[in-house]
Amino acid sequence: MIRLEKRTAPSRFWTYAAPLLAVVLTMVCGALLFAALGNDPFVTIRTIFWDPLFSEFSWYYRPQLLIKAAPLVLIAIGLSFGFRAGVWNIGAEGQYILGAICGAAVGLAFYPTESVFIFPLMIVAGALGGWAWAMIPGFLRVRFGTNEILVSLMLVYVAQNLLASMALGALRNPDASGFPGSRNLARYPSATSWINEGAGLHWGVVFAFIAVIFAYITLSRHIFGFHVRLSGQSPRAARFAGVNPGLLVLICMGISGALAGLAGLFEVAGPSGLISIDFNAGYGFTAIIVAFLGRLHPVGILLAAGLMALTYIGGEIAQSNLRLPAAAIQLLQGMLLFFLLAVDVLTHYRVRFTSRRVV
Amino acid sequence: MSIKNLLAGTGIALALATGAFAQDPTTVGFVYVGPVGDGGWTYEHDQARQAVEAHFGDAVETVFVESVPEGPDAERVMTQMALQGADLIFTTSFGYMDATINVAERFPDVKFEHATGYKMADNVAIYNARFYEGRAIQGHIAGQMTESNIIGYIGSYPIPEVIQGINSAFIHAREVNPDVEFRVVWAYTWFDPAKEAEAATVLIEQGADVILQHTDSTAPQAAAQAAGNVVTFGQASDMAEFAPFPRVSSIIDDWAPYYIARTQAVIDGTWESTDTWDGIPEGMVSIGEITDAVPAEVKASAEAMIEAIRAGEYHPFTGPLNRQDGSVWLADGEVASDEDLLGMNFYLEGLTGEIPQ
Repeated sequence: MIRLEKRTAPSRFWTYAAPLLAVVLTMVCGALLFAALGNDPFVTIRTIFWDPLFSEFSWYYRPQLLIKAAPLVLIAIGLSFGFRAGVWNIGAEGQYILGAICGAAVGLAFYPTESVFIFPLMIVAGALGGWAWAMIPGFLRVRFGTNEILVSLMLVYVAQNLLASMALGALRNPDASGFPGSRNLARYPSATSWINEGAGLHWGVVFAFIAVIFAYITLSRHIFGFHVRLSGQSPRAARFAGVNPGLLVLICMGISGALAGLAGLFEVAGPSGLISIDFNAGYGFTAIIVAFLGRLHPVGILLAAGLMALTYIGGEIAQSNLRLPAAAIQLLQGMLLFFLLAVDVLTHYRVRFTSRRVV
Repeated sequence: MSIKNLLAGTGIALALATGAFAQDPTTVGFVYVGPVGDGGWTYEHDQARQAVEAHFGDAVETVFVESVPEGPDAERVMTQMALQGADLIFTTSFGYMDATINVAERFPDVKFEHATGYKMADNVAIYNARFYEGRAIQGHIAGQMTESNIIGYIGSYPIPEVIQGINSAFIHAREVNPDVEFRVVWAYTWFDPAKEAEAATVLIEQGADVILQHTDSTAPQAAAQAAGNVVTFGQASDMAEFAPFPRVSSIIDDWAPYYIARTQAVIDGTWESTDTWDGIPEGMVSIGEITDAVPAEVKASAEAMIEAIRAGEYHPFTGPLNRQDGSVWLADGEVASDEDLLGMNFYLEGLTGEIPQ
């Protein structure tokens, strides 16, 4: 008989091994799924996890991994602060949209002037836009005790409608004869976030690495990081340690909102290029998976975002080369989170095999 | 050396030899905005892809990626197809326009075909169908089928192609029923069954007993079926599984002849960047069977209109027509120019509501 015994402290070994085991289990079950669909499981797994990194065209895919992973890292790092402290910001997608709208609006306001000050101003505007959108659920929770999960999620839909009206109205490209969408910022030298497009390098990638280092130092070396962790583990103890819970909620929401806003700004000024009706592609939601897959640890998040980016890009290759349906890739990504949560049991519990007689 | 190894060796040599002689197949890529099973827009493009395969056999190989979001992801999918050796790539949604132009710049030897957009390049051709011709038939039938005199319209995005459709359906419904009114809901999606069903339900609750859609799924058909007495039309595909009622007719996009011709042009080396806008006369747009749920005389007059369009005797946008604000757009007998239609961003007189902007 199998019995689960609660560990007194989470296992250090399993904290690191669980994500790896989850990835392996996902690959195994994924392979079974692909075999059931009539594809060669080994070729499919290789196409998804290996080809983007080491195939003939990896010179193109590797930079693409950076482009796809950068917004995930930025958003997930922000979310990890709140998630550690028990502040559940589920609406990063909305903050991402607002960051893009505010940043793009600043850039478009200066069009076609060229100046080195435009892009830094856009960065500030993007961060402020995301921050302000996150402050709504933050303030409502602190002031009225509303549930920030619901409010932040609902604000995503508000943000989507705002995005549509911006693409059709205020930010519409006046030269596009009735078609929605703004001017292309990627082709406006003072406003683009590209540093080197061929190498997949834009300012969002740079900021993602900075965010990882910043988060690592804050969480492990700074008193604020200690307060964040303490609030998550024991809110009562945190209060005794002098933590102001309201302020902590606002700071956590603010950090995640600002980082999501930055991610949106870098995306709209680079890879995406323009504000369009459906500019957002779900990064804000995928980042939640990334944050947990990376165990809310900055380095873990970096690796997890890389892995998610790999499944996206490898998934597309598998679709066109092996005719794998898109839904199979989504299943694979879903399995990843599922197995991670499942093997998490091992971190907190010890598995005991006992015979019935002993019991 | 064992017999087995020897056989394997000969096999490889043979394969290499035949490979060198056989012509490298032409690879044609397709980028889809929805899943191939959407039952509408993407489904028809995929039917045409299969027709290309069937037509050329081993000489052509096709690849496709479905449900590609409009944006940077589309650019990566196209680049990847080009890298993997595609010779011709069809990008089948309006939102792929900038991505297609960007990728085409980097692969001057690959030919691109972008559907429903307006940006061209030396290696980017554009193609579209005159859906408004089909909308005229829909409006003509819908205006006579409605009893509540309220027709619901699910718009996707407020772009000229969609606005043409609303205007065309409206003026032809008004022509046969002066009391008819249109209610337009903008879904801001091409394919989202949940949103489309919701839009249909809202329109039905507002009293609409005919639903026209410019989105790709069959969800509005199902919503109408559930409501019981609501008429619909198949969009982009026949959607015959909802016939004879609620679906009483349909607009069918037939891309197969175009795709086959363009693939042939690539094989022959005669491909050129062109701007194609075909309709009922050329067969790119066809009208699905008008079912018996439609009264015989309505069916007869609708069929007469189809024939008139096919013969080039009738243009759905023929004056006198005024803009929503009452200003004159087309004088008596004047026919809309293609240029006017391609940039259409206004409603015609009689339509209520505003185009979002």
